[in-house]
Amino acid sequence: MNIIDLTVHELQEKLKNNEVTITEIMDAYINRINEKEPEVEAFITTYLEEAKAKARDVEDKVKSGEITGDFAGIPIGIKDNICMKGTKTTCASKMLENFVAPYDASVIEKLKDENLISLGKLNMDEFAMGSSTENSYFKKTKNPWDLNKVPGGSSGGSAAAVAANLVPWALGSDTGGSIRQPASLCGVVGLKPTYGLVSRYGLVAFASSLDQIGPITKDVKDSAILLNLIAGKDEKDTTSEEVPKKDYVKALKNDVKGMKIGVPKEFFGEGINKEVKEQLEKAIQTYKELGAEIEEFSLDIAQYALATYYIIACAEASSNLGRFDGIRYGYRTPEYTNLKDIYKKSRSEGLGDEVKRRIILGTYVLSSGYYDAYYKKAQKVRTLVSNEFSKAFEKYDIILTPTAPTTAFKIGEKSSNPLEMYLADICTVSVNIAGLPGISIPCGVDNEGMPVGLQLIGNKFKEETILNAAYAFEQKVKFREMYKPEFKK
Amino acid sequence: MSREDYEVVIGLEVHAELSTKTKIFCSCPNEFGAAPNIHTCPVCMGMPGALPVLNEKVVEYAVKAGLATNCEISMNSKNDRKNYFYPDTPKSYQISQYDKPLCEHGYIEIDTKDGNKKKIRLLRIHIEDDAGKLNHDEFGGGSLVDLNRAGVPLIEIVSEPDLSSTDEVDKYLKKLKSVLEYIEVSDCKMQEGSFRADVNVSVKKKTDTKLGTRTEMKNMNSFRSITRAIEYEVERQIDILEEGGRIEQESLRWDDVSGKTFSMRDKEDAEDYRYFPDPDLVAIKLSNEYIENVRKNLPELPESRHDRYINEYKMSEKDAGIIVSSKYLSNLFEEASNICKNHKAVSNWIISDISRILNEKEMEPNEIPFSSEQLANLVILIDKGTISSSIAKKVLTEMFENPREPEEIIKEKGWIQISDEGAIKEIVLKILEENPGSVQDFKAGKDRALGFLVGQAMKATKGKANPQMLNKMFVDEMKK
Repeated sequence: MNIIDLTVHELQEKLKNNEVTITEIMDAYINRINEKEPEVEAFITTYLEEAKAKARDVEDKVKSGEITGDFAGIPIGIKDNICMKGTKTTCASKMLENFVAPYDASVIEKLKDENLISLGKLNMDEFAMGSSTENSYFKKTKNPWDLNKVPGGSSGGSAAAVAANLVPWALGSDTGGSIRQPASLCGVVGLKPTYGLVSRYGLVAFASSLDQIGPITKDVKDSAILLNLIAGKDEKDTTSEEVPKKDYVKALKNDVKGMKIGVPKEFFGEGINKEVKEQLEKAIQTYKELGAEIEEFSLDIAQYALATYYIIACAEASSNLGRFDGIRYGYRTPEYTNLKDIYKKSRSEGLGDEVKRRIILGTYVLSSGYYDAYYKKAQKVRTLVSNEFSKAFEKYDIILTPTAPTTAFKIGEKSSNPLEMYLADICTVSVNIAGLPGISIPCGVDNEGMPVGLQLIGNKFKEETILNAAYAFEQKVKFREMYKPEFKK
Repeated sequence: MSREDYEVVIGLEVHAELSTKTKIFCSCPNEFGAAPNIHTCPVCMGMPGALPVLNEKVVEYAVKAGLATNCEISMNSKNDRKNYFYPDTPKSYQISQYDKPLCEHGYIEIDTKDGNKKKIRLLRIHIEDDAGKLNHDEFGGGSLVDLNRAGVPLIEIVSEPDLSSTDEVDKYLKKLKSVLEYIEVSDCKMQEGSFRADVNVSVKKKTDTKLGTRTEMKNMNSFRSITRAIEYEVERQIDILEEGGRIEQESLRWDDVSGKTFSMRDKEDAEDYRYFPDPDLVAIKLSNEYIENVRKNLPELPESRHDRYINEYKMSEKDAGIIVSSKYLSNLFEEASNICKNHKAVSNWIISDISRILNEKEMEPNEIPFSSEQLANLVILIDKGTISSSIAKKVLTEMFENPREPEEIIKEKGWIQISDEGAIKEIVLKILEENPGSVQDFKAGKDRALGFLVGQAMKATKGKANPQMLNKMFVDEMKK
């Protein structure tokens, strides 16, 4: 048995049967990080000594009966835009290079309540803006399947760390695909919950009306387990919603007989890589074999989702990122002559190109004289996209698409062409625009052995439906048993 | 042309801090005067990842203010972000309301100089968060940011340009202030900045139908400055127009020392606030039941008290006006009257001596240091004949200086009225002996002589003798 190969539910089983201890698990991960992190570069910050001490402490308390619960001592990795009290939360930005969060995000409180142990903070595109994690100020995370390739983004550190077994699972955040797309490129499972299911309190905002925190895991069952932990109304986030508590693990019935799956043809058109399409077609075939009813349909409005997304997300970002002004915390330019100068220089020097690009775009679309033509119109299209999805869900239980138009691309391949990079989100953004839940699971590999992701989209707060469908597929295809990251150099 | 050919048009934007226990978007205390940055948390400091949660009390208070000023209350309203960079604004945006304010289309009625009533229309009332404060150069160079005030709830009350004189502005502001005090949504302490106004002024020729270009003076926080600033600005604008010039639409800063307005920034810097709906906050939806419930629980408003005082207590219009001008005075009147059962005496004290002292000391009514019970006890002491009203005035002055029970004061100072017949007689005989001339005058029918003799007796007793008894005894003795 190799501890780091196990899923969390397998670890829990072994802990229960006393086949493994909390400190053994921790040691295994620390060794793995020491061994593979130099190659993968998934972390911005690690605190392995603290984690080790914490594991010993938790183990003692479990033995004495002071602590109970299935999650005591389970390691986890956290995307570096989620605040953890007393630790650096950098958002992969020079602006927050030395920012120590003074409070815990609500999801972190939940993890701490269950005595999970964080191994560190994971790399990402700066302020979650990007699709390759190349926009990190600190480092470029590598795809564990091929170290010359990107892990996707923006939660590239989280996805790569899970794929490389540096952490058993991780939290990411998803504004336009930032959990699902890297999960797809790294061959792991990534779930973006319905907008409002998980509290955003303590998640450094990129686009408030689109951001959601979600799990990145080795398999679907772990995804359901972690969702159980973090879901729920939070008084500190008024956009989080009161929904009846569900057990997402119980929803994994491994049965999709009679399930109606809609396949929108627009998601299989131009721009989608041929090998991705082939794998998707095989996946559709698998679902048919499992007894699901597949039907092709048209989701015409989806073609406007990407433009809508970039207007709304950038508009909100331009306002959300205003607080990084060099006054109270974060980077301040060393030399300045007046207040305006502090603002100009601190922000010019402290923020990266992609972030500045989006702030400028967002400022533009909110400016007087342009507001109606861009922001307001985008909001209208957003409503149309939502309506179109609602209509589809009158007919279908889930909607099936590719997660990303391509498999992982080479580091540097798209970083000079922002528009091409934006297309990496083409399959995922409409899900955020409509506030729906979406999951990406690996469904196969391309000719180079790089993983291909399958996206399942559900109706609002129907996480159990997509988790069940994903689980059935996973049980049938057994991707993890067939393929493993090779750390190709 | 002459000044008389011009008409003045004034509109006001009043910011009032609401007196809720906690701030508008977090649970930090809403208190004035703490050490810098004590009343702060990740939310009001604009920390990354922190989210606002709208304080329901703020909505309730704003709805109260709307109902008390005859506004329509919006059932469906929202918060918008107003984006701008300034060190006192930690989020780099203010959460305000743009196109869907909580309250709209109200009015306030004022009494104009010619004795008529005039309705001043309110365009809107909306809620927003206050900014922090910058302390400049206090510690030798540089500025320090104090965020205690960041997130304090404000309502902004925007009037239509219906005001046409400084007198009307003064009355409008006093009325508005008193209404907010009555419904207990703001303590309106101008010196603490919890009631401040932006003043928009323009002038136009009476024959013109179009409004003139306006200028705006921001953050004025005293009635006197507002009046002076408007007077100065009106003169300045008329001078420019008379010389054939043009008024620039701009923000001005009023300088109290020089008595002039100054341009704040040039037009190139005109801000585009990029208002948009705050995606961190859900829409504010109010039901009819909610609004009616707030309406039902509104306290009695000044108009109603005013009418009641005239009808019930036969107070003059003017006196009733003075008392209801402040909720504190009005409550003082009602509570003290209830205890001593002499509303006439209480109202007289408030209108004359108390108002005078407040004026002299430049105090607000709510700074009166003694209780309504103590005022009532003062009246009772006079009514019982324990002290004369001239002594009572001294007691009142003492109550302002060193507030305590009036009885304690007169005991301590030895101010108890002499009402003992024997003692009074002794004084009367002594004064009569010393002033034979006045006795003769009195006997010759000169009544003034009696007043002189009583005055001498009061002087001799340092005002402590019972004046009615003195009067009677002088007459009795001299008629013997």
